[in-house]
Amino acid sequence: MSGSGGVRVGIEIHQQLDTSEKLFCGCPTVLRDDEPHFTVVRRLKPTTSELGEVDRAALFESEKGKVFYYQGYKDSTCLVELDEEPPHALNGEAVSIALTVALLLNMKPVDEIHVMRKIVIDGSNTTGFQRTAKIALDGWIDDAGQRISIQSLCLEEDAARKISETEDHVVYRLDRLGIPLVEISTGPDIHSAEQARRVALKIGRILKATGKIKRGLGTIRQDLNISIEGGARVEIKGVQELGLIPAVVEYEVMRQRRLLEIRDELKRRGAPRPKSEISDVTDLFIHTESKLIKKALQSGGKVMAVPLFGFGGLLREEIQPGRRLGTELSDHAKVYGGVGGIFHTDELPAFGITDAEVKSIKERFGAGEDDSVVMVAGGERSCKNALIAVVRRAEAALDGVPPEVRAANPDGTTHFMRPMPGSARMYPETDVPSIVVTREILEKIKSNLPELLENKIERYTKEFGLSPDLASLIVDSPYSVIFEDLVKSYGLPPSFVAATFEYTFKMLRREGIDVDILDRNAIKEVLIRVHKGEFAKEAVPEIFRWLALNKGRGVSEAVSALSLSAVDLDSVRRSAIEIVEKNMETVRREGERAVSRLMGDLMKLYRGKVDGKVLHDLLSEEVRRALQKR
Amino acid sequence: MTSTYGYRGRALDLITKYGIKVGDRIMVRNERSSFVGVLMPRSELDDDAHIVLKLDDGYNLGISIDSLQIEKIPQEEVSPPPPKAPTSRPGLPRVSIISTGGTIASRVDYRTGAVSPALSAEDLYQSVPELGELAEIRTEILFSLLSENIVPENWTAMAKSIERHIKNGAHGVVVTHGTDTMGYTAAALSFALRNLPVPVILVGSQRSSDRPSSDAYLNLKGAVLATAKAPFAEVGVLMHSTSSDDELVIHRGTRVRKMHTSRRDAFVSINSSPLARVVDGRIETLGKYKERGGDLELKAGFDEDVVLIKSFPGIPTDIFDPIIHRGFHGIVLEGTGLGHVPERIFPAIKRAVQSGIAVVMTSQCIYGRVNMNVYSTGRELLSLGVIPGGDMLPETALVKLMWVLAQTRDLEEVRRLFLTNIAGELSDRSEYEEVWHP
Repeated sequence: MSGSGGVRVGIEIHQQLDTSEKLFCGCPTVLRDDEPHFTVVRRLKPTTSELGEVDRAALFESEKGKVFYYQGYKDSTCLVELDEEPPHALNGEAVSIALTVALLLNMKPVDEIHVMRKIVIDGSNTTGFQRTAKIALDGWIDDAGQRISIQSLCLEEDAARKISETEDHVVYRLDRLGIPLVEISTGPDIHSAEQARRVALKIGRILKATGKIKRGLGTIRQDLNISIEGGARVEIKGVQELGLIPAVVEYEVMRQRRLLEIRDELKRRGAPRPKSEISDVTDLFIHTESKLIKKALQSGGKVMAVPLFGFGGLLREEIQPGRRLGTELSDHAKVYGGVGGIFHTDELPAFGITDAEVKSIKERFGAGEDDSVVMVAGGERSCKNALIAVVRRAEAALDGVPPEVRAANPDGTTHFMRPMPGSARMYPETDVPSIVVTREILEKIKSNLPELLENKIERYTKEFGLSPDLASLIVDSPYSVIFEDLVKSYGLPPSFVAATFEYTFKMLRREGIDVDILDRNAIKEVLIRVHKGEFAKEAVPEIFRWLALNKGRGVSEAVSALSLSAVDLDSVRRSAIEIVEKNMETVRREGERAVSRLMGDLMKLYRGKVDGKVLHDLLSEEVRRALQKR
Repeated sequence: MTSTYGYRGRALDLITKYGIKVGDRIMVRNERSSFVGVLMPRSELDDDAHIVLKLDDGYNLGISIDSLQIEKIPQEEVSPPPPKAPTSRPGLPRVSIISTGGTIASRVDYRTGAVSPALSAEDLYQSVPELGELAEIRTEILFSLLSENIVPENWTAMAKSIERHIKNGAHGVVVTHGTDTMGYTAAALSFALRNLPVPVILVGSQRSSDRPSSDAYLNLKGAVLATAKAPFAEVGVLMHSTSSDDELVIHRGTRVRKMHTSRRDAFVSINSSPLARVVDGRIETLGKYKERGGDLELKAGFDEDVVLIKSFPGIPTDIFDPIIHRGFHGIVLEGTGLGHVPERIFPAIKRAVQSGIAVVMTSQCIYGRVNMNVYSTGRELLSLGVIPGGDMLPETALVKLMWVLAQTRDLEEVRRLFLTNIAGELSDRSEYEEVWHP
C-alpha cells in the first residue's frame, strides 16, 4: 500500500509482566501510593560505551544537568533498585513468560540470552542504564491476510516512576523500577493508521493469552516508528491508549508531509543555512509594553534574537492541528534552553510587542519580508542555549524531516522529546550471567503454550454455554483464569461467574468502587461460599463493595460486618409459617398464588441473607401445607 | 600469547578456522536463521558452544556454533579519534593522582565478563574534566591491581611514589584504589609517611566508573579538592557518607573499615570521628588533625611474616603450630569481647611468645577497646606476654605490627612501639556517640 505516500509504521509494545518478583531482585512488583520511607539523591554522568562513543541521546540528557531524587519503601524496594547492590540473576519466571510470548508470535528464540545495559540518563534508572536482553527475533503475525513481521522481543526492567519534575530536579519512585516488561517491535510493515491500531490490538490479545501480564493503566505502552517517503524515521513515545494510535499516525504523516513542503519552499526561496548569529537586543525592549518581556528584564534577564533568513511566513505554517513550524522551534528552545517559549516575527505584533518593535528588530538584522527573527527572553545562558537549538532545528528544516524522538500529546499530536539514540548506548551487563536457552526449556514451553483468545472464546461458548458476547468479555478480562478455575474445579455455574465479573464488577466500577484491587483468593472465596448457599447471590455486590472499601480485610469479616452469616433454615421456616398464619385470609382466597404476594414480607426479613429461590421454595411449601390443612 | 577474548574449545576452533577475530563484522548462518553483526568477546565462565554477536541494534546475543557458517564482511578500519589533551588553568594547586587500580578505575573486562581495573589516572582526568578547574593535575599509573591482590610490597611502592610526587612539589596526592583492601593500604601509608607535609587521600568507588551512576566522579572530585585545599596533612580515605550523591566524608587512614559489601557509604570511621566532611565543595574538618608542613620522612618497610587470626568457639589447640614452625614473626588475634580466646589455646600462645613471636590482641567486636584486666582470661593472656591492641582496628593492628616488625624484632621494643600512638590509630579516650554503629 505504498500508494499512500510510502507510509511505513512500526509498533513497539511495552507490556509489564505479572511476576511475583522483579527482574533482578526479590522485591514484589507492586506500585504504592503511601508515604515513601526514604529518599536518596543522585546525579548521573554519561560514560563511553564499549565502542568508545558517548551516546548522543545520553549526552543530551546530561547536558540538562539535573539532580534526581529516588523515593523507596523499606519493605518493597531494596538495595538493587537503589543501585547499591549488584543485580541478582535474571528472573526465571519472566524469561519463561517472554519465551512463551515469543513462540506465540512465531519468533525464533536466541540460543543464549545476554543482558545488556542501555544507557538512559534521564534519571529513570538509578544505574543510568536500563537492563535489557534480546529473547527472540524474526517472527510474524497475520493481519487481514498480510504478514506483519515481528522483528524483536526483549525482556527489560521497567523504569522508576516519575512523581514530579522541576527545572533542576526530578523526583522518581523506585516501586516500578525493575518490574519485568517485554518490548515487542514489529517491522515497518504497517501502512495505515487503522492497520496500526489492529496490529497493536492483536499483539495485546496475544499477550493477554499468557494470563501473566499486568493489567490496568500504565501497564502497557505503545511507541510508534513512523516515516513517509522522503521523510525520516520518527519515534513517538508513550501512546498509552490503543484508541489514540490512528490519530498519532495520521498527524505524524501530516507533519512529515508539511515539513517536506516547507523544505521545498525554502529551497525555492534559496534560503541560506541559518547561522548562530545570536545578538543581545535587550536595548530595543527597554520601554516595552510586553508583560512577558518586562517580567524577564525585571528579574535581570535579557532579550536575545537570531535571524532566520528565508523563513518569513513559514513559521506560522501549520504542520499538525494547532502546531506550527514555530511550535517545533519552540519545543527545541524549551528542551535545550529551559525557557518558557519563543517569540517570532511571523506571529508578531502580539503579546504586547508592538509593530514598531518588530520593525526595529527586523532592521537590526537587515531582515526583510521573506525573513523571520526569533526572540527569547530570560537568563543569558538559557537564551543562548535556546536560540542555538532553534537554529539547529531551523537548519534541519532545509533538509526536511529530522529523525528524532517525540512524545504523544493527549490529542494525538506530538512534541519534540530528544534526539534519536545511537546504538552506542548498549554495552554488556557483566554482573548478570548469560542464560543458554536449551532445547529442553523450549520443549517445555512449547508443550504448555496458552490458548489464544480467539480459540478460547469459541471454547467458552461451546463448553460453558456462554453467549459469544459474554465469552469474549470474560476472555479479554483479567479474570479469565479464575473464571475457569471456579467453573472447572469448583463446579460453579459459568454464567453466574462470568456475569459477576462482567456485569456486577462493571456496576461497582461505575459506582467508583475499585474492584481491581480485590484479592483473587477473596474473590474466589466469595463466589464459592455463595455457591454453597452460605449467603445469597443478592449479597455478592455488597460483599465486594465492602471488601474494596476495607482493603486488607477478609471475606468472613465482610460477612459478619454485613450480618450476612448463614441463617438457620428452621428460623426462616418459622418466619414463613408466621407470615402464612398472619395472612391466612389471603392464602385461602388466592391459593398458591398468594406466594408471590407474601414473598415481599419474607424478603424484607432475609434479603441478601438467604437466596431468593430458597425463600420462595420454603414459602410455597408452607402455603401448600396451610391449604392442605384446611 | 594473543588474547582469545574468552573463546576456548570448540568455539575458538570455529572462529580460528574461519580466520575471524573479535571486532570483525561477520555474517553467520545456520539452518534456522542468519545474523549480521560484530563478533564480541565472551566471558570465560561461559561455555564453548556459543559465539557472541553484537547486532546493529546494539544487542548482544549468543549463537550456537552447531552447523554454523561464518562469513567475514570486509569493512573499513575506523580508528578512534585521539583523546583531547587535558587542560588545566595555571596557578592552581598542584595535585598528583596515582592510580593503583580498582573499581574507581575500571572497565568491563571481557576476559572474565566482570568489571576489572583498566582506566588510567589519565582516563579519569579525561572523563572528569572539572578536575582541571580544581587543580593542576599530574597523573601516574603505578599499578593496575584489584585491591584483593595488593601485597605489602605494593604499599612500599606507593609510599615511595607519593614521596616522589611530594618532593616534586605536589600540594597533595590522590591515590585511586580498589575498595576491598583500601583500609589496609590507608593504614600502611599512615605509618609509612612520617611527618607528612601534605594531605594524601585514598579514593575508591563502589560502582564502577564505566556506568553513569558511578560514585567515582564525585569521590574523585572531592579527593582532588581535599588534597588541593584541606588544611590537614594526614592520610585519609574519601568516600560517600550516605547513599546519596551529596556529602562526602574523609576518614583517618588508621581508623577506617569497609563495613558493607556494596553500598556507596561502605566506609566507616571506627572508634573515632572522621577527619572531615566535604559538602557543596567545602571542606569541614572535624576534630584535631596534623597541619600541613614539615619534612617528609619515609619509613616504608613492612614485615610480611605476620598473620591475623580470628578466635572462634572450637578454635583448634594446635592452630599456631604451623605458624611457629614456619617461623612467622607476629600474630594479631581477633579475640572475642574485651579481648579473649579460649583457655585451651593458652599453651599454644605461650609457645608462640616463647619462640619470639609478637602476639597482639584486638577484638572482633570491631567497636570498642580491648580490656584484658576485667576477666581472669584476659589477665592470664597479658601474663603470657600478649600485647593489648587498645581501641585499634584488627586490620590496622596487623599493618602496624608488620611495620613495627620491619624496624625491630626485639619483643620489648616491639611492645613499646606497638603501644605508642603513631598515626592516630590509638587513643586513651572512648568518646560517647548516640549512634555508635553505621
